[in-house]
Amino acid sequence: MQVITVDNLRKAYGDVRAVDGVSFEIRPTEIFGMVGPNGAGKTTTIECLEGLRRPDSGKVHVLGLDPQRQGYELRQRIGVQLQEGSLPDRLRVGEAMEIFASFYQKPVQWRPLVELLGLADKFKAPFGKLSGGQKQRLLIGLALVNDPELVFLDELTTGLDPQARRAMWDMVKGIRDRGKTVFLTTHYMEEAEHLCDRLAIIDHGKIVALDSPQNLIAGLDAENRVVFSVKEKIDDAFFRKIPGVTRVGQSQDRVIIYGKGDGLLVRIVMALESGRIHFRDLRTEQPNLDDVFIALTGKEMRD
Amino acid sequence: MRGLGKLVLMQIKLYLREPAAIFFTVIFAPMLLVLFGAIYGNKPSPFFGGRGTIDISVPSYIALIIISVGFMGIPIATAANREAGVLRRFRTTPLRPAAYILANIAAYYLMTLAGVIVLVIVGKAGYGMRFSGNVLSCWLGFTLSALAFFALGYLVAGLAPTARIAQAVGMILAFPMMFLGGATIPMEVLPQSVRNFGRFIPSTYVVTLMRGLWSGESWAKHLTEAAILGGVLAVGMLLAARTFRWE
Repeated sequence: MQVITVDNLRKAYGDVRAVDGVSFEIRPTEIFGMVGPNGAGKTTTIECLEGLRRPDSGKVHVLGLDPQRQGYELRQRIGVQLQEGSLPDRLRVGEAMEIFASFYQKPVQWRPLVELLGLADKFKAPFGKLSGGQKQRLLIGLALVNDPELVFLDELTTGLDPQARRAMWDMVKGIRDRGKTVFLTTHYMEEAEHLCDRLAIIDHGKIVALDSPQNLIAGLDAENRVVFSVKEKIDDAFFRKIPGVTRVGQSQDRVIIYGKGDGLLVRIVMALESGRIHFRDLRTEQPNLDDVFIALTGKEMRD
Repeated sequence: MRGLGKLVLMQIKLYLREPAAIFFTVIFAPMLLVLFGAIYGNKPSPFFGGRGTIDISVPSYIALIIISVGFMGIPIATAANREAGVLRRFRTTPLRPAAYILANIAAYYLMTLAGVIVLVIVGKAGYGMRFSGNVLSCWLGFTLSALAFFALGYLVAGLAPTARIAQAVGMILAFPMMFLGGATIPMEVLPQSVRNFGRFIPSTYVVTLMRGLWSGESWAKHLTEAAILGGVLAVGMLLAARTFRWE
């Protein structure tokens, strides 16, 4: 039994086909991500699943329920963090948790939840006075107050500083580790790569790839890069002889070797050693999801 | 419906934290009463049919409170909450949409009633306000008037594309209602042309109804006011429900 099944979902706003025939399934206790540039159709998809928008066509089942016709039952069992959701500025942290807890049949103890979210000392702080990260944490807390089986997180870390973003990632993993399923959207490739067990890359309302981040990158069959500095320029031919090397680039004292296959790094280091070439600042660069996105859509992903 | 009571309480708490809302609901009208009481006192005057300034001001100012909640409080808060995404956030919970709106209306109603009670206490304690009506009858008149104006307030929020426009439209509607229908300045003092204009604004009927009931007149004498306010309530509610937007 899948947590979510989506079959040929379509939703248009006027002439704009926001979601244009999307199909996928989400398995229990995975973090499933939907990544793509702004306007790709992520939020429309997630809001059709939450029951906030009515699909034009296609089948959507969430926890075995139809979000349109069984919205009330569904909302008891899911947690939602909206991209454009907010609370009244003068509502205090503790009050928000209390009032939202009262909407559910089986709410959790929300005080420990507030502590877990690191908001224990903000208990009486009004929502409007919280920092961006604190607001997001509270909104996540509200999404968890009913101990949901499935949590939707739409653009969770947009607008957060890097430190707050990393803290948020740990929190999302914690949700998954407590046995819940997470569906998130993001337009940060790094975030998707770091967090998601599986992800769908969406562009212009269509899914262009769906797999684990590792498989997506491996499927790209892209070159690894080994980068280091040397004291004096070395003939390219020296590196080209190394098995697996496809290209060599040098600029001043920087050398970039492109190549494929396991053991590329070891072979390069051994060649350097045997040639008695002094090198420093050596690092490797793997292809990442940004490369996958460029390969699939022919364009660069931008914030 | 477990959440309903808590939700009403939450709305009231939020209301109490909004200084402007508090001012117009519980301070403005009693303040005017003190001001005019200090100038004119509450001596019976033939000009007001044997009543004093305070005696006729208290029921009139009830309209003032209702106007400020209906045309300033409700449209601004509703549109601002919609704009910020607060309404959306509540919609993702099992809370029934109707329950959310009902809780809102209940909170506004209770705050308006609180404003009226403060006004009556100030009038009674400060100036020995005379009351010769029936409490239940006055309460019914107040409730009808308040709900009719709340419906118009939600309608303004529903029609206004943004919170700023809701605020502007609410103000533009509120001020003539406050000053041209006898809610602030007694109708007896207003020139005939203004009184003629007053027939076209609903607040005039609130003032007439409340002043009548306050002095002990029966509903039978105020069927016109009852019919007009009832009509405003029915049509306003219908249109407000049709124009209400969650986002």
